[in-house]
Amino acid sequence: MSIRLEIISPEAVILSKQVEMAVLPASEGDIAAMEGHAPMIFLLRGGIISLYEGDKVTDSFFVEGGFAEMQETQCTVLANNIRKLSELSAEEGYKRLTELEQSFKEAANGNDVEKQRDLVDEIQCAQLIIDVVDASKHKV
Amino acid sequence: MASLKELRARINSVKSTKKITSAMKMVAAAKLSRAERRSKEAQPYAAAMQRVLVSLKRSLGERPGLPPLLAGTGKQDVHLIIPMSSDRGLAGGFNGNINRATRNLVNRLLGEGKTVKIFPVGFKALVYWRHEAPKLIVGSEITDFRLGDVNIQSADHIASYIESMLANKQFDVCTVVYNHFKNVMTQVPTELQLVPLNLAVTEENDTKQKSFTAPVSGDQADYIFEPEEDVLLQRLLPQNLRTQIFSAMLETNAGEQGARMTAMDSATRNAGKAIDKLSLYYNRTRQANITNELTEVISGANAA
Repeated sequence: MSIRLEIISPEAVILSKQVEMAVLPASEGDIAAMEGHAPMIFLLRGGIISLYEGDKVTDSFFVEGGFAEMQETQCTVLANNIRKLSELSAEEGYKRLTELEQSFKEAANGNDVEKQRDLVDEIQCAQLIIDVVDASKHKV
Repeated sequence: MASLKELRARINSVKSTKKITSAMKMVAAAKLSRAERRSKEAQPYAAAMQRVLVSLKRSLGERPGLPPLLAGTGKQDVHLIIPMSSDRGLAGGFNGNINRATRNLVNRLLGEGKTVKIFPVGFKALVYWRHEAPKLIVGSEITDFRLGDVNIQSADHIASYIESMLANKQFDVCTVVYNHFKNVMTQVPTELQLVPLNLAVTEENDTKQKSFTAPVSGDQADYIFEPEEDVLLQRLLPQNLRTQIFSAMLETNAGEQGARMTAMDSATRNAGKAIDKLSLYYNRTRQANITNELTEVISGANAA
């Protein structure tokens, strides 16, 4: 039982291999891609894509959004900005967070609800970068 | 008859031209392979994007209230034309073809009584339109109109500008004119309508590009959408706009190098031919001069 996982960025194919299972951060909750899954198209939120063999995570990527197309034997992830977890840095996360909070305040003053909603997503994404880096530090 | 000295100078000048063109050819060849690879690498994304959009569109069907990026503004009056050229010349007919194709399109639209705005991408297109119709050019406040190093950020920059113009209802139809990279020798000027999204083209491309992606089981699966179709569509359309602009830019970039390589190759060959001809002429003149001198000496000696 395995599914072909393809992770594609606008500039290149990042990864293409058979995996037993991949957990993807969909916009409304995590989704596990496995063989035989119902065909599905969904948005991604900022989060971590984990590749599983058995119970073990063999590889994981940080994705900042995009979408994915699932078919019975294949899952295609179209990721806008994708990196290995090790390439993340906490400074970047903090810097982004401050900037985003600033523009969130501006949007709140301007009563721009739609913008606020978008910014909330981005803020969560920045926060997640910080959390991920923290967690990996503790492990070491 | 040109003097020997003049001929020597000409030969040397053609020789150094040949050196330059052959060096440019090498450089273009090296850049071409990179540009071509990048263009190829970007294709799976575009193909998957199109597949998703087509199935979304199919599931949504025809209904009012579709976003303007997909359905347009409902009018056809103001056209935004984006001619895409390279920044530099010496690439044969590459930029000339684009400018001519754009010129024809613009003339046709103006003839039909439409309003035309031009947003050039690439310095050569800018120079042409600055000369032809400076009043039609828009977008000088956000860009210097250069193609530059093609990357997703510059495509994003252009796409954001198009989106803001669309939001302010500053155009109804947006078309890119770019050189489709057929192969190294041939680039075909192509019109690609971005807004409203032309799904007929999209579907055609979809079938064409299927080989790049894995086979779709049962052709079109009935997808579950999460979140629902409209929300997805709202998110995907801007992304699709960027992808299409990006791939047009990549093809322009690859095409430029291809065209330059071909142009410089024939220039090098022509220079070689010119050198041969000039050398032949030079040697003939030299021999004629010697013969002349000999005749003079001999006839002088005979007279004495």
